[in-house]
Amino acid sequence: MPDLIRRLETTSLTARVALGVAVLLIIGGVIVSIAAFAYGREAARSAYDRLLLGAAHDIASAITVQDGRPVIELPVSAFELLAFAPDDRIGYRIIGPDGKTLTGYEEIALPANRRDLRDGYFDGAFFGEAARFAIVSRRFAERTLNGTIRVIVGQTMQARNAMAYDITRKALYVLAASGLAMILLAVVVVRSVLTPLEKIAGGLSGRDPHDLTPVDTSVPRETAVMINALNGFMARLDRQMNSMRHLISDTAHQLRTPVAALRAQADLFSEETDLSRKEKIVERIQARSASLGRLLDQMLSQALVIHRGDSARRETVDLRDIALDVFEEGDHAVLNPEADVLLEIGEKPVEVLADAPSLKEALKNLLGNALKYGRPPVRIGASLEDGKAVIWVEDAGEGPDRQTMEDLGTRFNRGELVRQAGSGLGLAIAHSVAVSFGGELVLAQTPRKRFRAALLFDAVTGRNT
Amino acid sequence: MRAAITSLRAGLAGLLVLLTCAPGIAQEMVADFGPEGAEQSLVLRSTTDIAIFGPVVDTFLQAHPDMRLRYEQWGSNELYRLSRRECRSGEAGADIVISSAVHQMVQLVNEACAHAYRSRLTEQLPEALRWRDELWGITREPAVIVYNRDLVPAGDIPQTRFDLLDLLRPSDTPYAGRVATYDIEESGLGYLFAFADAREASTFGALQESFGRTRAVSTCCSVDIIEGVAEGQYLIAYNVLGSYAHGYQQQDARIGIVLPSDYTLVLSRALMIPKQARLKPQAEAFLDFLLSPQGTLALRTALLISPLLEMEDGNEGEALSSTALRPIGLSPALMVALDAMTRETFLRRWRATFPGP
Repeated sequence: MPDLIRRLETTSLTARVALGVAVLLIIGGVIVSIAAFAYGREAARSAYDRLLLGAAHDIASAITVQDGRPVIELPVSAFELLAFAPDDRIGYRIIGPDGKTLTGYEEIALPANRRDLRDGYFDGAFFGEAARFAIVSRRFAERTLNGTIRVIVGQTMQARNAMAYDITRKALYVLAASGLAMILLAVVVVRSVLTPLEKIAGGLSGRDPHDLTPVDTSVPRETAVMINALNGFMARLDRQMNSMRHLISDTAHQLRTPVAALRAQADLFSEETDLSRKEKIVERIQARSASLGRLLDQMLSQALVIHRGDSARRETVDLRDIALDVFEEGDHAVLNPEADVLLEIGEKPVEVLADAPSLKEALKNLLGNALKYGRPPVRIGASLEDGKAVIWVEDAGEGPDRQTMEDLGTRFNRGELVRQAGSGLGLAIAHSVAVSFGGELVLAQTPRKRFRAALLFDAVTGRNT
Repeated sequence: MRAAITSLRAGLAGLLVLLTCAPGIAQEMVADFGPEGAEQSLVLRSTTDIAIFGPVVDTFLQAHPDMRLRYEQWGSNELYRLSRRECRSGEAGADIVISSAVHQMVQLVNEACAHAYRSRLTEQLPEALRWRDELWGITREPAVIVYNRDLVPAGDIPQTRFDLLDLLRPSDTPYAGRVATYDIEESGLGYLFAFADAREASTFGALQESFGRTRAVSTCCSVDIIEGVAEGQYLIAYNVLGSYAHGYQQQDARIGIVLPSDYTLVLSRALMIPKQARLKPQAEAFLDFLLSPQGTLALRTALLISPLLEMEDGNEGEALSSTALRPIGLSPALMVALDAMTRETFLRRWRATFPGP
């Protein structure tokens, strides 16, 4: 059974349409055939019933009364009328007022269940063959003859059946023709429906493996969903590839200088004979390796942020939790024990759709920058401002000078932040996080003459619990 | 063997007059054709004289040497009654029935007494000459006017029924009492012709009235009437079966034959295979033989497919247009002729015209 379902799921679209059309044709064909046969029978029945009735009336009107007895000279025209069904046997019976047969076939039995026979039709048998009969009554009110004479005329069913079959057959011809037309139409439709798919498939398979530019979206709306998804996927892949490429080149670039410096110091150390100078060199090596370690940390966290930005699932995150976590982890206390760090969060949740670890990383970096370059006291916090969810770090300094700010701005715009080395990668990481979750990084003086680095996001609304 | 049959036929010829003249009597003549030891023996019942139909049977048996055929000759009414009785009882009688009283045959088929058969040859028959694939018209015999060549002047020879009416109109007409026709009460064939005439044209009423006024003679039987004309007892005979007249004329040139040009009735004797026949395949073979070119030739030689209709022997009758030929078609409409009350009404009118001898 699962096999069957699996096979159904992988059945080609053409086969599905073919199956659908076939089922439709078969069911429709059967229904129309039955309807055509029923219609044919009915048409034949009413056509030949009229002949019967006509003949019966013809005979009834030929009855005359002579000497108190009914006299009949059968009109040939009545039989010629019946001869329109050329191969059918004819039965007739004329019954007098006393119920005796005046002439014709005594064998024709009247239907037993109708005591008071009225004019009309009934089915019966004539010499062992199914037949249809019509009854016509004629009343006589003569001095010598008073009563009803009934004329019964019947015919076997060959011509009726032949006509019914003929009508059915012709209907079936039409049906077959329209079925064929439907099949042809279905073929054309299926082909035209599948052409865009084939075009897309052809385009994709003919593509250069390194080409991650979007696929042309001028395709039918139904397939556009697939193409958009594909394009989204490729764009993400492209971004990740670019990030990796940049990361690798940046890492190489940024590690080369400190490692070269370290090696130079190490060389100096081995050549130096003076002990006190050797000590100085060791101190310098220590400082250099510490700063190299920080650089590596930052580079790894940037790699993490970039990676998560594209791959992690968006969740509702309360920015207050992020600020609180960063504050409580207390990395700043290790880095800069003498600096004051304050936490400012409110009562209301500040919720955004983002990835908590990335936000945490960005905030840590901003905090790191503030401690390193700014002036204490440093505050961190989260708040709702003008409908935006903001997580920020503030210090009491004036921030970087104007020139640096402008340089930073240009580099943000150029998307080359990662390459800057002077102030570490902190801002670059924060900027990446902001961009990843549809927000922005704002560096500005506050009205209270403080420098603030903030990440602004669209707040999640509708969940004011 | 052939010699035996020929002598038999010679003997039968003498009886012919008696036979055709006594339709009311259930008299039967029998002749056996074919070798004594043959395994299969067909029974053929017919109203046609053995002497006329015998050569056709001979031709058939030449092609089927293993077969015998027993030919029974019946009066049409007896044949009808016998066939009907056998049909109802299911008793096996004849394998083939051929009758000139086609209305009776139609009636038998209508009562489901016949066996259906269909072959290439039967399908070639015109629609009017077959019914339900159970009844087939095998001969073509016109109803003709016969006159005495010596006693009827050339100017008086009636070409149409209107000519005949004109001859009978004058009060002192020499034809008074000297025109003969069938007694339709006695002769099934006469009744059929009269009935067909009545259907065909209004002339028949006038003719009937003229016959009555001039005391025309209604009598029985083709041969009787034809002989009467030849002998001069009658001057003109109306509605005589052309095949008999033509056959008689070949031996006795005293009579002339006219195919009425207003219309000429053409009778096709009807053949049916009873449903209780024992040798149906052989009967079917016989039917196919009659419809084949060979059988048609034999029937033509026997004058049963009348050469008069083709005007090949320069007969004095003027050539008939095909519309003047009115075949008596095998259709259920003929059943009217057999309806008891209709027949009674028709005969009452006839009797009023011919008060009897």
